[in-house]
Amino acid sequence: MQAVSTDEILIEPGLTEFNYFWDLWRFRELFFFLAWRDLKVRYKQTIIGVSWALIRPFLTMVIFTIVFGKLAGLSAAGIPYPLLVFAALLPWQFFSNALSGTSESMVGNAHIITKIYFPRLIIPASSILVGLVDASISFGILILLYLYYGYLPPLSVLSLPFFVCLAFISSFGAGLWLAALNVRYRDFRIIVPFILQFGLYISPVGFQSSIVPENWRIIYSLNPMVGVIDGFRWALIPDFPLFWPSIVASLIIGTVLFVSGLLFFRKSERLFADVI
Amino acid sequence: MPEDTRVPQSVISVEGIGKKYWISHEDAVDSNSLRHILGNGIRSFRERLSSYIWGSKPTENVSDAAIEEFWALRDISIEIKRGERLGIIGRNGAGKSTLLKILSRITEPTEGRIRIRGRVASLLEVGTGFHPDLTGRENIFLNGVILGMSNAEVKRKFDEIVAFAEIGRFLDTPVKRYSSGMQVRLAFAVAAHLEPEILIVDEVLAVGDAQFQKKCLGKMGDIAQEGRTVLFVSHNVNAIEQLCSSALLLERGRIKSYSTDVRKVVKEYSLGGSTSIISSIWENHGTEFDNPWFKPLRFYLSDENGKLLEPPTRNDSEMWINVEGIVETLDPALSIGYTVSSEKGELFYWSCPTDLYKHGSSPYRAGYNKFKSKIPSHLFNEGNYRFELFGSLHFRKWIFAPGEFIPAIVLTIQGGLSESPFWTCVRPGLLAPVLEWCVEGECDK
Repeated sequence: MQAVSTDEILIEPGLTEFNYFWDLWRFRELFFFLAWRDLKVRYKQTIIGVSWALIRPFLTMVIFTIVFGKLAGLSAAGIPYPLLVFAALLPWQFFSNALSGTSESMVGNAHIITKIYFPRLIIPASSILVGLVDASISFGILILLYLYYGYLPPLSVLSLPFFVCLAFISSFGAGLWLAALNVRYRDFRIIVPFILQFGLYISPVGFQSSIVPENWRIIYSLNPMVGVIDGFRWALIPDFPLFWPSIVASLIIGTVLFVSGLLFFRKSERLFADVI
Repeated sequence: MPEDTRVPQSVISVEGIGKKYWISHEDAVDSNSLRHILGNGIRSFRERLSSYIWGSKPTENVSDAAIEEFWALRDISIEIKRGERLGIIGRNGAGKSTLLKILSRITEPTEGRIRIRGRVASLLEVGTGFHPDLTGRENIFLNGVILGMSNAEVKRKFDEIVAFAEIGRFLDTPVKRYSSGMQVRLAFAVAAHLEPEILIVDEVLAVGDAQFQKKCLGKMGDIAQEGRTVLFVSHNVNAIEQLCSSALLLERGRIKSYSTDVRKVVKEYSLGGSTSIISSIWENHGTEFDNPWFKPLRFYLSDENGKLLEPPTRNDSEMWINVEGIVETLDPALSIGYTVSSEKGELFYWSCPTDLYKHGSSPYRAGYNKFKSKIPSHLFNEGNYRFELFGSLHFRKWIFAPGEFIPAIVLTIQGGLSESPFWTCVRPGLLAPVLEWCVEGECDK
C-alpha cells in the first residue's frame, strides 16, 4: 500500500479561502499545461503556424505608420515612425490579447470547471501567460527594427521589466473582472471586443501622448495603457521624453484594478461551477 | 508503518451537508442579461452582483420572476473508512451527482462540513479536458495533469496507458479523427492509471462497448483490491453489488438507506423507488397523476375472484393484474400498460390492453375504465417482482413514464413452483417456468 498522505481537506460553506494559495502552488503543473495547450492549439491546422505571431503585429505596424505617420502627417521628432508605433504596439497587443483571452477563458473552459476541482485563478493566469509568450515572439520584430534603423537600445531599456509588470497588472486586473463577470453575464463577451477596438484609438498607439493638450494630459492618463505605452517608448527609444505623471497614474490604477480584480474573482469563484 | 494499526480509520467524514439552489422560472433566464438589469436600475444590479458574490438570495424586487429555493441535498452525514468502497444509488435527481461534486470540491455545500484525509481524484466524466485538436499523445499528458497526476507520473505510466487504450499507431493523430470508441478507451485508460488514495467515480462505466465495460469493471475491481477508498455512483446495481462494501441510497436529496449490507440497500432501491408503500395494491389518494387522458385510480393484484392477493403468493395460484382509471377526454392514441422487473431492476416485459387489437379500435371509453389481465402462473421464480403502471399518448407523450415515480406494486412469489417431486426447492434463474415436455412419438396426444 502506498504511503498515507497527511493532508487534510476541510470543506465548509465559504471556507475555500483556506489553503487556496497552497493549492495554487500544488496545481502549478496544470497551470503550465493549460497555457501549453492554448499555445499548441492556436496554430494547429494552419499553414504558416507560429509566424502569425510575427505577421499580425508587423502588418498593424505598417498600416499605423501609413495612416498616422504619412496620411495624418503626425510628427515623430526625428524618430522612425515604425519604431514609434511598434514600441507602443508591443504592450497594446499584449493588453488586447490578455484581455480578450482572460475574459473568455472561464467560459471556454466550462467543461473542466464543472468536472474537476482546482483553484480557478489558474485559468485566467494561464491565458495571460499565453499573451506573454506571444509578446516575446513579437519582440523579435523590434530587434529587426533596431538593426534596420541602426539604433541601439538606450540604457533605460533596463527599466523594461518594470513596465512589463505594469502592463501585466493592468491587463490581469481588468481580465479578472471580465472573466468573472462573463461567467454570469455573457453580455461581456460582446462588450470586450468593443472596449478593445475603442481602446486602440484612445490609447497612444499610432501617435504620441504628447499631442494631447497639456491640461488634459492627466485626465488622459487615467487610461492605464497611456502610462504603460509612454513607459515602453521611454525604455525602448533613445532620447524619448519621460512623462512621470502618466506612469504614476498607470501604476495606481493598475494596482487598484489588480487588487480589486483578484478580490472580486475570489469572491465570485465559489459559484462558478453552479452558474457557468 | 507501525502506526497503521489496521483499525479502519475514517478518511471522509461528512456532517450534515446540504446544498441549496435558487431556481427561477421562465423569463428569469432572460433577467440575467445586462439589459434586463439596466432596465431595473443600477441599484438592483448591485444587489444581484452581491447576491452572486455572497450567494445570498436575490432580492425579490429584482425581477418579476418567481424564485424558488430547492434543496438538492439535505442532512447528509456519512463516515467513510479507509479502504471502504461506497456505492451510491438513487433515481435521477436524487442528488448523487451533487454529492460527488461537493466531495470533489467542484461546488460548495450550503451547510454542513466535510473532512477529507488523503489525496482525492474525481472522475465525474470520461475524458475531461480532452482537446480535439491535440494528438492522442498530447491529450494523455493534458488529461493526466487535469485529473491530478504529475507530469512525471504520466511519463512513467505512458506506455501502460497506451497499451490499455489499444490505440497504438494512432498515437500522433488528432483525437478529433478518432472514432468515439477510441476516444472513450483513451480517456478511460488515462483515468484508470490514477493512483489516488480516494477515488470518486460517477457513472463512467456507462460508456464503451460491452467488452470494454468488462475491462473497466475489472480495473475498478483491482483498484478496490488495492485497498483504496472508492466512491462510486452507478445505476448498474450489479456493479455496485460486485464492487462495493457499503451502499448509500439517496432519495430526493436525503439519505433513504445507508448500510454495509449492500444487498439490502440495492433491494430497497429496486423495489422501493419512491412510491411510499409497496404492496400488492396501489390506490390514488386524490389528486395524484391528475390528467384528462387517464387518471389511474387503483392498480392491484388479485386472484380469479377479484380478491386482493395477500403476499406471499404461491406460484401455482391464479394471478390477475387489475387497472382502474378515469378518462375525461378520450384520446384515440391513449395507451396504458404495465412493466414487470426484477428486484435488481432488470426489465422482463411490457404488456398493454391494446396488444390484441387488430384494427386500431380502442378498448378505452370515456369515464370509468377497468381492465384485468391474467399473469401466467408458473412463470416467475421465487422472489419479488415489481409491476409498474405506465400511460402514454402513443408516440406523442408520456402521461406517466416507466422509470419515474409511477404507480407500482410488488408481487412476492413463494412456494408452488411445481407439482413434481423432482422440483421442490428454488432453482437458479430469473424465471422458473414449467414447460411442456413429451416423449418422442407421443407428443400429439
